[in-house]
Amino acid sequence: MVTKEKAARTGNEAMAEAMRQINPDVVAAYPITPATEIVQIFSGYVADGLVDTEYVAVESEHSAMSACIGASAAGARVMTGTSSQGLMLMAEVLYIASGMRLPIVLAEVNRAISAPINIHCDHSDTMANRDAGWIQLFSENSQEAYDNMIQAVRIAEHPDVSLPTMATTDGFIISHGMEAIELISDDEVQKFVGKYQPAHPLLNVDKPITAGALDFTDYYFEHRRQIAVGMANAPKVIARIGKEFGDKFGRYYGFTESYKLDDAEVAIACLGSTAGTARVAVDNLRSRGVKAGLLKIRVFRPFPAEEIANILKNVKAIAVLDRSDGLSNFGGPVFNEIRSALYDLPSRPLVVDYIYGLGGRDIFVADIEKVYQTLSDISKSGKIGDLVQYLGVRE
Amino acid sequence: MSDPGYKELPKGGLILEGGTAAKYETGDWRSQRPVFIQENCINCSFCWIFCPDSSIIINDGKVSGIDYKHCKGCGICAFECPAKKKAIIMKSEAEIEG
Ligand code: SF4
Ligand code: SF4
Repeated sequence: MVTKEKAARTGNEAMAEAMRQINPDVVAAYPITPATEIVQIFSGYVADGLVDTEYVAVESEHSAMSACIGASAAGARVMTGTSSQGLMLMAEVLYIASGMRLPIVLAEVNRAISAPINIHCDHSDTMANRDAGWIQLFSENSQEAYDNMIQAVRIAEHPDVSLPTMATTDGFIISHGMEAIELISDDEVQKFVGKYQPAHPLLNVDKPITAGALDFTDYYFEHRRQIAVGMANAPKVIARIGKEFGDKFGRYYGFTESYKLDDAEVAIACLGSTAGTARVAVDNLRSRGVKAGLLKIRVFRPFPAEEIANILKNVKAIAVLDRSDGLSNFGGPVFNEIRSALYDLPSRPLVVDYIYGLGGRDIFVADIEKVYQTLSDISKSGKIGDLVQYLGVRE
Repeated sequence: MSDPGYKELPKGGLILEGGTAAKYETGDWRSQRPVFIQENCINCSFCWIFCPDSSIIINDGKVSGIDYKHCKGCGICAFECPAKKKAIIMKSEAEIEG
């Protein structure tokens, strides 16, 4: 029998709680708003003897991830947390973690990146590292943040995947928003994550190995190709673990979540907390007879292109909500990938991009309803107008 | 025999054995060569301690030569050699090779 306990938790508290229950061998971290609390709360658990974790306080995020890499290569189960500039400072070593196939789990709180300096939510930091070879899970609320952290351990450590994984929340909106969430008992979490069995731990003195060696033109390509295999294997593993989690704890997880999309003529696709706001907009529009639907993307890496194309194939017009700007003069990252995913459909829906919410700019139900209104016009006229628009910015 | 493909190689760039630096001949890079002069040597082993590439060969506690397959020619051994008349001197590879 699975014990279920309801508790009020912010996103940060939920992620710290998951970390306590996972009880990793090593956490190396450096504080940064709005992710600070995750590792701060966790360091309290260490001080109180509630976990067996070796907590390494370091002098920067670059050092935090470097220490995580060392510990993970040694054979430890390793976790950390960061945000924004912290993730950017880690960027160099994020690639080393994935290149060395180390299943580190990172609690990432999505936040804008400088300049101008800003501590609020957008997805620029996580999107800037979308090609770092990390699995990326987005959460709509504290519950998903908690559940994603627990699943992230299993996904990352699966021998077919062996890739670091970041579970993300939206800065302040989720990280500091208090909600009632369902907690799993310590025992059940322990049973679910199991014991980490690294294939080749550096600390096994009976079987010495060389890690982090230099590759020239003759081997680098092969080792990079292997990372792509890990990413290609990830969908099966993510699906299996999402189902197992659902079977055990009642909350099922896949790559995307569809809301009223079955007969939808117009649809919005987004990630993270905005999905909650968009759901209300969909309900409002449905009550007015508009066939509106919503696609929430939970897994951005690996990108579920086929699934998205399949879900959106019968929609007439789609707006992608991008909470970061690719600054490519061709829209944001989510827009580009979704639009590309639809390319092979025999008849393609019309797609536009809305860059929104940068630096924590609020997005309201009314904003999203306006987007749906535009989509209705697009689907009637067959003309998209501006391909990329900025939602909620002053002109 | 061709090199192994990505399907065969261990993941993550791991090499499933230790001490593999010995197989990598860093001596190719050398532009300066340490030359050992036996009669000047006082067998203090300083060169052996300081060499960053384990390239000083010692037999029975005495320096017997230099492993040129791995010596990268940094000159530390020659610099540290305390013998009155240096027992290791650096010579240009270009001069030696002619
Ligand atoms: S030159 Fe440098 S690498 Fe070569 S033997 Fe001397 S100390 Fe070692
Ligand atoms: S440092 Fe000089 S004197 Fe000492 S062992 Fe080496 S070569 Fe001989």
